[in-house]
Amino acid sequence: MQTQELISIASQVRRDILRMVHGCQSGHPGGSLGCTDLLVSLYFDAMNLKLDVTNNQVVFNMSGLNEDVFFLSNGHISPVLYSVLARRGYFPINELSTFRKINSRLQGHPTPHEHLEGIRIASGSLGQGLSVAIGVAQAKKLNLDSSVVYCLMGDGEQNEGQVWEAAMYAPHHKVDNLIAFIDVNGQQIDGPTEKIMNNRDLQLKYEAFGWKVLHVDGHDMACLQSCLAKAKQMLGNDIPVMILMKTEMGAGVDFMMGSHKWHGVAPNDQQLEEALSQLSETLGDY
Amino acid sequence: MSIYTYETKKDTRSGFGAGMEFLSLTNPKVVALCADLIGSLKLEPFIKNCPERFFQTGIAEANMIGIAAGLSIGGYIPFATTFANFGTGRVYDQIRQSVAYSGKNVKIACSHAGLTLGEDGATHQILEDIGLMKMLPGMVVINPCDYNQTKAATIAVANYSGPVYLRFGRPVVPVFTPEDQEFVIGKAIKLIEGSEVSIFATGHLVWESILAADILKEKGIHAEVINIHTIKPLDTQAILDSVKKTKCLVSAEEHQINGGLGDSIAQFLATSMPLPQEFVGVNDSFGESGKPADLMDKYGLNAASIVIKALKAISRK
Repeated sequence: MQTQELISIASQVRRDILRMVHGCQSGHPGGSLGCTDLLVSLYFDAMNLKLDVTNNQVVFNMSGLNEDVFFLSNGHISPVLYSVLARRGYFPINELSTFRKINSRLQGHPTPHEHLEGIRIASGSLGQGLSVAIGVAQAKKLNLDSSVVYCLMGDGEQNEGQVWEAAMYAPHHKVDNLIAFIDVNGQQIDGPTEKIMNNRDLQLKYEAFGWKVLHVDGHDMACLQSCLAKAKQMLGNDIPVMILMKTEMGAGVDFMMGSHKWHGVAPNDQQLEEALSQLSETLGDY
Repeated sequence: MSIYTYETKKDTRSGFGAGMEFLSLTNPKVVALCADLIGSLKLEPFIKNCPERFFQTGIAEANMIGIAAGLSIGGYIPFATTFANFGTGRVYDQIRQSVAYSGKNVKIACSHAGLTLGEDGATHQILEDIGLMKMLPGMVVINPCDYNQTKAATIAVANYSGPVYLRFGRPVVPVFTPEDQEFVIGKAIKLIEGSEVSIFATGHLVWESILAADILKEKGIHAEVINIHTIKPLDTQAILDSVKKTKCLVSAEEHQINGGLGDSIAQFLATSMPLPQEFVGVNDSFGESGKPADLMDKYGLNAASIVIKALKAISRK
């Protein structure tokens, strides 16, 4: 897809995120806005998806056999995943209005428990997604399926020990059909990551564990596209690929950027209006 | 004497290994993971038969559970294996989120459960695992009693779709169940017909319950012994049918009384048919180092304790 089209979709996804979080007065806008460009570039460009449509409904294939699959390990940025899935056709766009409300399939953190198309694992309790992604990647190898597994984690999430168990495992077992990302926004709930628990040099760490590491500006759509293309070319050589993605929490809304303040806070009516005025309604609000 | 006899003693974990060997040859969807305890889990034949379907995770149980969940998404039937302590308590949140809540077809198969792990002591002797696992919505919890039943249970859970906790152990115990006995998840097995007290036992305490029934018989008391190999879902019909006759009961398990089999039975009967119940289990304490048989005696997990509790239950009728 053309870069400009992706940028246009990302603007609508950011509007969806803000309106969803505003609608239930809860949720995590900061990280969702920060990862919007990545998820749009994945689902609308990089990923090879099998979207079988019957009666205007996507027939969701839980196994993900012969298609690329994505796992969101930092499940609290569910608004961006829900918006991208809905905009991609997995479920009705109007369902976004039910986010975090009672009887909704759009739980605060993603889960397959409510049978929402596009969700294959629950996440929210941090540090578990990379392990799951590795398992799916290994299942693909057993199935002689050459498609790719993607997994996004947060940089605060790197505090979790399980991440490093998985980081050690993947190169050891030559899981080379896996592209992982870390959303390097430098923020976690209690403050800047370097003050709360310093990740220091993530490139050195992952390289020491045996990964190939790439860097990308998470808000430059053209760079994201070329970085994903490069990462895919690097697969199949016994080595998993890690992309360190520099982002700005709250990206796209000037007053939400540059701080961890908007990690888990919903905008009020006035703030929503101000934020939406900075983002064009490209595909029509739900 | 007892209608039950045995020719050999074997460890239940070897029954698991034999079940996995069978599955290696018969079910190409079964995969196994292990956290650096292949020998203890008796996985060598499985690995020899299908090395490509075995995943060594190293000493990293949390990662093992996540990878198992991922393999199940890809259509496989993963058995995640280690000691019961590391496969349940250590990774409770991983099991809760990535397996149970996510509804994944993962089998958590753990050896060395309970006091009979022996000399390694309380750090390794988990007595809370049945409780931890049965609290998770949708989780099936199975604790077979001997080699043959563990083998049959292993094969049965591979054919069941959904998360399962399969618990077994290290010591050699009498092999007394028939080699060809079908294992039906959730279906209790009546071992001895009786009329005066019901003994509901699971795991290693099933054989002790048979011995207890023999002792009671010598005293002229007819105890009914039922093997509750599946703690969840509980065979409530079998329990009700038995206590309707006997009007009192004893539960017996190598586990904390809190959260164990007896606790499940009590909860069921409290709302259907409240009756005098006595509990054989570990009473809110950790274990310790020692020989398995000495530990079972010290903590009252033996036939003699079951007899005492049975007499007490009868006296409370």
